[in-house]
Amino acid sequence: MEKELLELTVNGEVQEVAVKPNDTLLEVVRDNLGLIGTKEACGVGECGACTVLMEGRPVLSCLTLALDATEQEVTTIEGLSTGEDLDPIQESFIQYGAVQCGFCTPGMILTAKELLGRDKNPDEAEIREAISGNLCRCTGYAKIVEAVQAVK
Amino acid sequence: MKEYRLIGKRLPRIDARDKVKGRALYTDDISMPGMLYGLILRSPYAHAKIVKIDTSRALKLPGVKAVVTGEDTAKVKFGVISRSRKFIDEYPLAVDKVRFIGEEVAAVAATDPDAAMEALDLIEVEYQELPAVFDPEEAQKPGAPQIHEHAPGNISREHHMKKGDPDRAFKECDLVREDTFTTQSAIHAYMEPRAALASWDLTDKLMVYTSTQTPYYVQQHLGRTLGMNPDNIRIIKPFVGGGFGGKSDGLSAVEFSAALLSKHAGRPVKIVCSRDEEFTAARRKHPASITMKTGVKKDGTIVARQSRAILDGGAYCSLGPLTTVLMGTFQTLPFRFEHFQYDGYRIYTNKPPCGAMRGHGGPQVHFAQDAQLDMIAEELDLDPVEMALKNGLKTGDESAAGFKIVSSGFAECLRKVSEAADWQDKKRTEKNDPKKAYGIGLGCGGFPSGAGFYFNKTTSAHSSVIIKAGEGGGLSVLTGASDIGQGSDSVVCQIVAEVLGLPIEDIHITSADTEITPPDMGTYSSRVTVAAGNAALNAAKAAREALFKVVADKFEASPDDLLAEEQKIFVKGSPEIYTSFVDAVNLYQKKNQGSPLVVKGSYNSPDPLSPTYSFGAYICEVEVDLRTGELTVLRYTVGHDCGQPLNPMSVEGQIEGCISMGMGYAISEDLRFDGGQTLNPSFLGYAMPTANQMPKIEITHVVTDDPHGPFGAKETGEGSLDPVAPAIVNAVYNATGVRIKDLPITSGKILQGLKDKDR
Ligand code: FES
Ligand code: FES
Repeated sequence: MEKELLELTVNGEVQEVAVKPNDTLLEVVRDNLGLIGTKEACGVGECGACTVLMEGRPVLSCLTLALDATEQEVTTIEGLSTGEDLDPIQESFIQYGAVQCGFCTPGMILTAKELLGRDKNPDEAEIREAISGNLCRCTGYAKIVEAVQAVK
Repeated sequence: MKEYRLIGKRLPRIDARDKVKGRALYTDDISMPGMLYGLILRSPYAHAKIVKIDTSRALKLPGVKAVVTGEDTAKVKFGVISRSRKFIDEYPLAVDKVRFIGEEVAAVAATDPDAAMEALDLIEVEYQELPAVFDPEEAQKPGAPQIHEHAPGNISREHHMKKGDPDRAFKECDLVREDTFTTQSAIHAYMEPRAALASWDLTDKLMVYTSTQTPYYVQQHLGRTLGMNPDNIRIIKPFVGGGFGGKSDGLSAVEFSAALLSKHAGRPVKIVCSRDEEFTAARRKHPASITMKTGVKKDGTIVARQSRAILDGGAYCSLGPLTTVLMGTFQTLPFRFEHFQYDGYRIYTNKPPCGAMRGHGGPQVHFAQDAQLDMIAEELDLDPVEMALKNGLKTGDESAAGFKIVSSGFAECLRKVSEAADWQDKKRTEKNDPKKAYGIGLGCGGFPSGAGFYFNKTTSAHSSVIIKAGEGGGLSVLTGASDIGQGSDSVVCQIVAEVLGLPIEDIHITSADTEITPPDMGTYSSRVTVAAGNAALNAAKAAREALFKVVADKFEASPDDLLAEEQKIFVKGSPEIYTSFVDAVNLYQKKNQGSPLVVKGSYNSPDPLSPTYSFGAYICEVEVDLRTGELTVLRYTVGHDCGQPLNPMSVEGQIEGCISMGMGYAISEDLRFDGGQTLNPSFLGYAMPTANQMPKIEITHVVTDDPHGPFGAKETGEGSLDPVAPAIVNAVYNATGVRIKDLPITSGKILQGLKDKDR
């Protein structure tokens, strides 16, 4: 398949990448840009592990064509905080023990980020609803919910 | 309990920072120059002869660099329980025959994934289909298709145990109940699919990054199947995204194919499984049919148990021969039986092989056991909690299977949860709402803190840890214990830091690289905290001893009078007389001709079964919609005895994870089959619990000081699963009067039960 050059804005940087028309955003961020924090656990839109933010909205990057991500601000887990700094959600996930194997963590954090962006004080039910598309097999979600709730 | 600086504290994981930043590298995140992408061709037939495989067209496709089949292998079988020849029954790539849909037949490596995918279609396999059998009862009948030549009647393993004389004892019982319980096919569904990246150097040494729980077994089994000395193989375990027993088979076709393809292509090869492959072809939990007969006295004292289990094993052994044993022995926890008999049969069928999954046989039999005891309590008009208290194993007891209980907090777990959940009042909740009913139920468990034996022949200790001191005061800790997300790296560092009076940040761990770290059985049978924890403790004590010796000389004190705290070594009672930890390390080097401080510690279980056992009692509360049969799990109240919790936050994480997995097992997770074909191979189809389905969870740590555990700690990762499902089952009965004997509990089954009751 022919590749075409595409301009993507990822984590605040404009990047030029050569993509095939059927390349997903997940493939491009992982393979072309080396942003391996975005995880693939199913590849078919059923687990949320590949969640990234597009214009601040969570999208499943395994179901999003890279071509459809042009002229949009894409944020991956690597772009949530700069350098050694952490976003308060990341800090909270660490402190509350919300991370076990960590494979669901990047997608979970980005989903929670969007929730907290539109609602500073979500209640427990709202948090659970918001992350219900993100599967975690390790934690039973309890500490994840606590961690999100604790972000002030 | 003694107070410690780090032990028992809610410490964040040492790797959490990398994980929240997306920097932790899992196998699929690692790439190498020139790396090829591998894929596996799987059998479309449940049972067939392989007549011919033609790979020539695939090989001609541009970008394809290697294609391998069973014919390219040494044709050596493997099986994780390699102590018995009978259990070594599987080729890593099929030879002559396939026995389940999804079995690995060939593998390709190409310069990009699309070419590899196309190449799979170009491999021409001529099969001759054979009659297949999918039901374990059918498979045992005369004339049933024979799946393996070595196993007449398709019996993969049978195991029998007997203590006392149950037949005679039943005659003296006031009540004897016999029930049959069945369980479904469930699967680990770890979030990270299995993956392996293999490469060879020019001296014929093989290096494999792999998502495994058991790097040392992989090294052994790869050596065996590739026909090479395992010492020439280096297995590196990067971060692993969960395993739950699904990555503990000692070898998978993924690792083997990546290694073989890489050999043929002369380039690194990475294979990552798709989620569909994980659901259709990976190991899973044994479905079982359990007939259980239990005899008791009027006062609820359990006297005798006789049980028979038929395990649907699938096409190969995997860890199933052990599951067959454990479904017997695990029944003897947490209750006493004077008379006990168990007959277990694992039957080959033409379905994906079943192996170990968290709890390893426990969830199946505990579901049966606790449901039946609930029925017995009702018949005798006894309180299930009281009955459990009467029969629970205490410190100093030995279970009917020979498990020596060196610490038991079971009774306290029961008392604490029944109080915390308000059990006495709530179980009498009036049922007068025609629309919905509230119910409450009890589940109990007990679990070994690690098996006391290797699956293969070896002279290695069960766990070993090496500590190497740096001149800057930091310590390198090398361990073969495999952190797969449960947090063992953090626990090992915590133990070493505690003993040596150092901050955790000064401990630098390398876990599971067979070239560097000392051998370890790996992460299974809930053994890591006790075994690797004790090895770490022993190594840390050895380091302390070495340092105390040189510091004692300096201060003309006795080593016994020294303490290591706050990065200092000082004389007890005279904190002003001290040397910093860094200086002590350098002093040691000076005194030893510059030789670095390197020490090691090992651990072997003192008991061939297990050093010690955890206990738990869970109370579950549910609500059932009586019109639709819809079940809502409201709350779990958990009492758990894992000895001294090293890190309560991590312990809770294990319990909470077990509750979601156990709930899924009880109410939704079910791999359905049409013949040998998996019907729902996806996350959506499999339906594991999501965040909005989880109930409130309240945990009480019942602290016992275990004599064998490091700082008194026991396991928590697997035993916590056992009580989850039966507690729901019993709560549903309490709510509706419907007794579910086959998992999962669906709304359809509840509705049907309500109808049957009304008749
Ligand atoms: S990987 Fe995209 S939703 Fe699962
Ligand atoms: S932490 Fe392992 S899947 Fe969520």
